[in-house]
Amino acid sequence: MSEDLNLLYTDVEESVRDSVRSLLAKRCAPEKVVALYDGGDAGQRELWQALAGELGLAALLVPEEHGGAGASAREASVVLEELGRFVAPVPFLTSAVVATTALVEAGAGNLLGPLAAGEQTAALAVPLTTSPDGPIPAVTADGGALQGTATSVAGALEADVLLVPVRTEGGLQLHRVPAEAARITPLTSLDMTRQIADVDVTGAPADAVAEGEAAERAVRAALETGAALMASEQLGVAQWCLDTTVAYLKVRRQFGRIVGGFQALKHRLADLYVMVESARAAARYAAAALAADDPDRPVAASLAQAYCADAAVLAAEECIQLHGGIGMTWEHPAHLYLKRAKADQLAFGTPGAHHARLADLVDLPAA
Amino acid sequence: MTGTEEMIKDLTRRVEKLLAEYDPARTDRLEFLRARFDAGLAWVHFPEGLGGLGLPRELQAHVDRLLAKAGAPDNDPRRNGIGLGMAAPTILAYGTEEQKKRFLRPLWTGEEIWCQLFSEPGAGSDLAALATRAEWDGEYWVVNGQKVWTSGAHKAHWGILVARTDPEAPKHRGMTYFLCDMRDPGVEVRPLRQITGEAEFNEVFLTDVRIPDEHRLGERGQGWQVATATLMNERVAIGGGDIPREGGMIGVVADTWRRRPELRRPDLHARLMRLWVEAEVARLTGKRLRQKLAAGQPGPEGSASKLTFARLSQQLSGLEIELLGEEGLRYGDWTMKRPDIVVFTGKDAGYRYLRAKGNSIEGGTSEILRNIVAERVLGLPPEPRVDKNVPWKDLPR
Repeated sequence: MSEDLNLLYTDVEESVRDSVRSLLAKRCAPEKVVALYDGGDAGQRELWQALAGELGLAALLVPEEHGGAGASAREASVVLEELGRFVAPVPFLTSAVVATTALVEAGAGNLLGPLAAGEQTAALAVPLTTSPDGPIPAVTADGGALQGTATSVAGALEADVLLVPVRTEGGLQLHRVPAEAARITPLTSLDMTRQIADVDVTGAPADAVAEGEAAERAVRAALETGAALMASEQLGVAQWCLDTTVAYLKVRRQFGRIVGGFQALKHRLADLYVMVESARAAARYAAAALAADDPDRPVAASLAQAYCADAAVLAAEECIQLHGGIGMTWEHPAHLYLKRAKADQLAFGTPGAHHARLADLVDLPAA
Repeated sequence: MTGTEEMIKDLTRRVEKLLAEYDPARTDRLEFLRARFDAGLAWVHFPEGLGGLGLPRELQAHVDRLLAKAGAPDNDPRRNGIGLGMAAPTILAYGTEEQKKRFLRPLWTGEEIWCQLFSEPGAGSDLAALATRAEWDGEYWVVNGQKVWTSGAHKAHWGILVARTDPEAPKHRGMTYFLCDMRDPGVEVRPLRQITGEAEFNEVFLTDVRIPDEHRLGERGQGWQVATATLMNERVAIGGGDIPREGGMIGVVADTWRRRPELRRPDLHARLMRLWVEAEVARLTGKRLRQKLAAGQPGPEGSASKLTFARLSQQLSGLEIELLGEEGLRYGDWTMKRPDIVVFTGKDAGYRYLRAKGNSIEGGTSEILRNIVAERVLGLPPEPRVDKNVPWKDLPR
């Protein structure tokens, strides 16, 4: 493992953060996001167009030779912190991070132009719960025609292009399927800000972008990048929960005192702060290891997922508890964060799955 | 980046020059350490002339690596942890030029060991309640009182001391900070035996100890401010050591797990992996803290690291005993000893378990540290105080 990875934020990263945050503050108010749960429109399409068009976020991880910004996982991680902080309903993680990584790793960077320009989005057609090291869920091919359904796919509803792992007699393939050729069934999701859908590709036209080991490598790299950078989204969720709770406890009065002055609550918030700062170190390490292509990146990714997933959930649960009655209501945004945090905990492998993976990676076998 | 590379090149040149002039194989240890200090390679972030070169703190690791590779002796920082971690940064921040010149060099080389005369039987977490008096007799400060939990006092030449100089002032404003010569005839050190059976700490009785005014650190009445700087450094020193992966208590447990498959159980594996993750995240948090410190001064974030360290150390040492099963029922040695240094890893599991109980008490209890984080980092309202503006002499004790 490299001991010289910088875990702080660079000036460039801070300026990326500032521009993302100021755009989200203007266009992604929680009052608007909550509409998604009532079947409404949260303006998510316009929001993504602004993030992709005005700020160029869709092009961040696309190499320069394919029309992208050629930025690294470090900048992407800061974007994800801010998206988490606003529970923003945009396909940055699913399209600009996961699908983009799959295409770059598959050597199909030439297909990234429309994605980088924000004209199209893509989604990797596997369950959001897929862990980077488990079996890769895939549909089958019957005489060249695709057959089967990918379940619980995140980003599929808004995607123009689906990247579908296909199991054939010759091994795994990664196929590119136009979304309009698939039957996409939206599911009522625990987290409607990142809605999942079942994707039936039976009979859909497809062309393979990678085969055999290259396909496997591309899918695993995409999942691992998703896991590593999801930690930064979780950090953003946890940070919002901490900030919001601290601010509330500084104004809420009970028993004639500011509630935040009660030691029992101060100690809980102090513990929460310690946890959020720890999550920050883990998330930063995962992003830095990824950006540097450090040999420790699998450990870094699993470490960050194992820690940050639970941290975000606990922060959201504490946020609701410490807000008291208002925390349980639909009108307060806390519930949006709990739903995102809990769904994120399952995404790209649960903390338990990552513990098991770490046990292998660092030679601490279960038996 | 280029600036850092140039600094590293320059440091490499300086190390080579030191090694050429003082061949480690043929130079006396102390002579080498003094030469290293004079070359500014002791702590590169200190000013020139005081053992440093005014460079970013993180470059020290580069110097240490080069010197270790060349087989040069080091100053064994464990033997003077309080001197290096707490006295030195405080002297640097508050000392006069004469004090810095007088004290920093023998402190760094280990010729003079330091201890910390802060806690008292009636003033632990409420440090500002301390009652040890220092009175100016026209020639000396005359100190009377009792300190407790003084680690290493039995081998220290100097102690950093906080004493009350103005009982008429409210408690935080009536204290002054001193550098106390532990060889003064009025200083009596008695071992204080602990839960482990050892006496690494002491009680220190101060009877008419005479301290000259040039050993006062900071202004009269500024003692609380100076002590706070020491305590911030203490928390960083306790919570944020620069260690490799599995370098602390987790390494001991992981090593046992690897070597002894017959001890493995599924319930313990779940706990081991959770704690492995937490220990590694804590290590990275400490690393991040040090990267931040390289730019500035220790802030209250050190308290956060220390909180995590205490919790993990206790959970891991508890897990280790359970993992060992029958063997965990045994204890190494109850004989009273006075160790030179505190090492967790060289002892048995029972010692580690018992000693770790002190981690949430020494250097600020976890309860006090949570208050510090809540009030100074998060800006939550302070505890209601009944003692704030009352003269110290009128406080109930």
